[in-house]
Amino acid sequence: MSASAEEVKKHIGLYWGVFGALLVLTAVTVGVGFYHLPMHYAIIVCLVIALTKGSLVAGYFMHLIGEKKVIYWVLALTVFFFFLVLLLPVITVQEDSVAGSMWSPAPAGAVPAEAPATHE
Amino acid sequence: MDELIPYIYKPHPVTGITNGKFGTWLFLASEVMLFGALFSAYIMLRLGSESWPRGYQELHVAWAAFNTVVLIFSSVTIVMSWVSLKLNQFGKFRLYMGLTILCSIVFLVVKGIEYSDKFHHEHFPWTSNFFAVYFTLTGLHALHIIGGIVVNAYLMFPGSKLWKENPEQFTGRIECAGLYWHFVDLVWIFLFPTIYLL
Repeated sequence: MSASAEEVKKHIGLYWGVFGALLVLTAVTVGVGFYHLPMHYAIIVCLVIALTKGSLVAGYFMHLIGEKKVIYWVLALTVFFFFLVLLLPVITVQEDSVAGSMWSPAPAGAVPAEAPATHE
Repeated sequence: MDELIPYIYKPHPVTGITNGKFGTWLFLASEVMLFGALFSAYIMLRLGSESWPRGYQELHVAWAAFNTVVLIFSSVTIVMSWVSLKLNQFGKFRLYMGLTILCSIVFLVVKGIEYSDKFHHEHFPWTSNFFAVYFTLTGLHALHIIGGIVVNAYLMFPGSKLWKENPEQFTGRIECAGLYWHFVDLVWIFLFPTIYLL
C-alpha cells in the first residue's frame, strides 16, 4: 500500500474498529458454540462468521481493499483451486464405501470393505 | 542496489506493486493450497467416518478462544508497527512489533499447555483420526507461528538497521511480514470453529 503518512494516520481508528468487530464476532462464535446446534446449522453459522472475520482481516489489515488488480487475479485463481482441492474428493462418487457417497447410499447387502480407521 | 534488483521499494510498472509484495502474495497463495489440502483431508476423514466427536467434547474451547483473541490482537499490533514506520515513529514500531512477538509466544505457551493436557490424558496423534487431524492442523499452524516469530524478531532487532539506510525499503519489509502474519491469523480464524466447535 503506497499510502501517504496522512492517509495512514486516518486509518488508525479503522484498524482498532476492525479489532473491536473481530472481538465481537469471536464472542458470537463461542456463544453460538454453547448452543450445540445440529451439525448442518453449526457448519453454516460457523462458516458465515469465519468468512466475515476473514474478510475484515483480509480487507483492512492486509489492505486488500484498494489493492492493485494483479493481486485480485492471484487471489481469484487461488480461491478457484482452493475450492477444487476442498470439494473434489468430497464430490467423487465412492461406490464401495460403507457409508456410501453424498449422492447414493451404500448398495444393499454390500459387504463392508476394511472399516474406517476410527479407533479409540 | 535498486539498479541491480529493480522494484524493491518502488512499484513495478506492470504489476503496480513492489516485487517483495507480489512475491509475498504468491507465497500466501501457495500456503492457502497447503492448508486447503489439509482441510480437504479433514472433511474427507470426517465424512467417511462412522462416528466423530464434536470438538467441544474433546478440546478446551476456552483456551482456544483466548488464543483467538491473542492472535487477533497481534494482527492489530503488527499493523500498528507498520503504521508507526509510515509516521516515522521508530520507537513505536519497536513497541508494537515487540507486542506482536509477545502475543505469539503467549499463543504458543497456551498451545503447549493444551498439548500437554492431551498427552496427559493419553491422547496422541495416533489415538484416533480426530486427534490426528487436530494435532496435524494445529501443529502445522504452530510451526507457522514459530516461523513468524523468527522473522519478526529479526526485523525488530538486527534487521531494523535498514531503517537508517533505506526507510522505504524497511517499511516494505514490515508490510510483507504483516501480510504473512495476517494470513497465519486467518488460518486460525477458520481452524478454531471447524476443529473446536463443530
